[in-house]
Amino acid sequence: MTATIPVPVEEPAVQEPKRKNKSGGSLGKYLAVRFVLIFPTIFILVTMVFFLMRLTGDPITAALGGRLPPEQLAERIHEAGYDRPIFIQYFEYLGQIATGNFGRTISDNMLISDMLATYGTATLELAFNSLIVALAIGIPCGMLAAYKRDKWQDATLRVLAITFYATPVFFAGLLLKLLFSVWLGWFPVAGRASIGTEIAMTQLEAPSGIYWLDALRSGNTTAFWDVAQHSVLPAIALGLLTAGIFLRLVRTNVIGTLSKDYVEAGRSRGVSEYRLLTKHAYKPALIPIITVMGLQIALLLGGAVLTETTFEWKGLGFQLAHYLTARDFVAVQGIVALLAVIVAITNFIVDVIAALIDPRVRY
Amino acid sequence: METKRSLLGRLPIISQLRKSVGLQRGMLVAGIALTLLFLLTAALAPLIAPYGATQRFDETQAPPSSVHLWGTTAGGYDVFSRTIWGAQTAFLVIVVAVALSIFLGVILGLVSGYIGGWLDRVLVVVADAIYAFPTLLLAMVMSIAISQGRSDMWSGIFSAAISITVVFIPQYYRVIRAETIRLKAEPFVESAIVVGASSVRIMARHIYKNATRTLPLIFTLNASEAILTLAGLGFLGFGIEPSAAAEWGYDLNHAQSDATAGIWWTGVFPGVAIVLTVLGLTLLGESMNDLNDPRLRGRKQAKKKKELVDA
Repeated sequence: MTATIPVPVEEPAVQEPKRKNKSGGSLGKYLAVRFVLIFPTIFILVTMVFFLMRLTGDPITAALGGRLPPEQLAERIHEAGYDRPIFIQYFEYLGQIATGNFGRTISDNMLISDMLATYGTATLELAFNSLIVALAIGIPCGMLAAYKRDKWQDATLRVLAITFYATPVFFAGLLLKLLFSVWLGWFPVAGRASIGTEIAMTQLEAPSGIYWLDALRSGNTTAFWDVAQHSVLPAIALGLLTAGIFLRLVRTNVIGTLSKDYVEAGRSRGVSEYRLLTKHAYKPALIPIITVMGLQIALLLGGAVLTETTFEWKGLGFQLAHYLTARDFVAVQGIVALLAVIVAITNFIVDVIAALIDPRVRY
Repeated sequence: METKRSLLGRLPIISQLRKSVGLQRGMLVAGIALTLLFLLTAALAPLIAPYGATQRFDETQAPPSSVHLWGTTAGGYDVFSRTIWGAQTAFLVIVVAVALSIFLGVILGLVSGYIGGWLDRVLVVVADAIYAFPTLLLAMVMSIAISQGRSDMWSGIFSAAISITVVFIPQYYRVIRAETIRLKAEPFVESAIVVGASSVRIMARHIYKNATRTLPLIFTLNASEAILTLAGLGFLGFGIEPSAAAEWGYDLNHAQSDATAGIWWTGVFPGVAIVLTVLGLTLLGESMNDLNDPRLRGRKQAKKKKELVDA
């Protein structure tokens, strides 16, 4: 066998047992159970947040407390229905959710669905940008660390990865701002775009809300350049945090596959080390990496809240902090419900991938 | 003399220090040094800090000088003193948060794993829901619910700690529950049942001691996460009031606008303090973890998946 053949031979060999097991009867049942479990997850989180928010006081006192006499305040609260027994409010809320009516935000009177669409796209854009940074840094560095295991390159990269993890995004953001905006003047300090671009974006027909996409579609290159410049620092701040995790994941998994017999077999047939790393060891290692990446979505969302506040990036996280301070129940519940849905569905997809790949998971 | 040495050798950190070589030893030593630095700073804050944590000065945003070693903030706080006192706040919050979550997580895990049935199923679903959700967001909602209107140092510390506790309980719960289920099938538990020991006694004596062996490791790993969560809460303005105690995250929040104006000293010092503390605790926890189980590096993946299945 020549050195070039093992790759096509190797791949079906890895996949074949998988296909065989896929026909096993329990997969459908397993996936069905996993799918049904999405609902309690969302239900529990929405319920928890409902009662927690009710403990915090009410939005009317938070907005007008001190400015209105107590009688008037009580009257307003009564009008809005916040003085009714909490369980009645709870069941009313559940009924509304079931019919898809999430109501309007109390503090700025937006439809919840509009609010989620407006700010959700901003968060999506940030998450996407930072994911690119994380993948571009995390995967090559992780492979290098695995390949140079226990050498100085590995040591440096591992310490770097832990340092990235240890640096809160808002501190990373502060350092980036100091260095690149204040001292070097390369990038703007905060925001998603300059005011001119923001206005141009709102005047577009059927905007997607993702600025760089909109700028590209309308062929507005100055706007695109402006958006790109604004995106760099937030993407790096959030991306580095995730890059550290990816680096460690890739390293652990590639080390695992590098010690497998088939890699050794390839080496003995004279396959180059580079090819062994990039073709033989990397691809099988990718499977668990994708699984765990899916589980990182919670971390990414949590990090997004901090990144958005640091860079005044008006996304869901920025707004969540704002609505929490205003005790805007409806808005907070809407955001939490959306995040719960995202997290639950991501976990479901991760479970599906894991079950398809590894038959031991489902039983 | 001989017994003393072997006793010393069996202490957790020292025995691992002996086992370690090369890079791992370097990481462990760095972790120990940074953690000790953090603990000492927290303990000796009143001696080290020249001023009180909430003492205000007339010079605002003054650059570092001999009077104010690391300068002052826009609010007139001394940055050096705030950073030192911040270690104490962080330490107190971690201790309260981790102690509470271990206590509740262990009890829930033992009961749920040993008794099983519908209680177990409900707890697992609830714990999974909480575990999957972004910790910081949950802590934000919790802290708003707990801390309304109170602003002195201890209630601030407790509300921050409880907010963190809620998100950490599921982690301890899952570990202890999985261990309990495994131990339940062991012969020594069966023989205890045969002898007629009560369920409470079996849980408290036989299972508890065996199931909690891995806790110190999770504790170290969680402590660093607790610091990051506390700092995140403080940064978003849901943590401890600045007039009540020094808190790194809150100081960093105010430093953001300073940074835009090129004032670097208000943010860099508390930020570096967070990084060093988390770095120290993470290095310590990870190296202990690696050293306790030489096969662990390659097996992290398998472990994660197993947890998924248990859930």
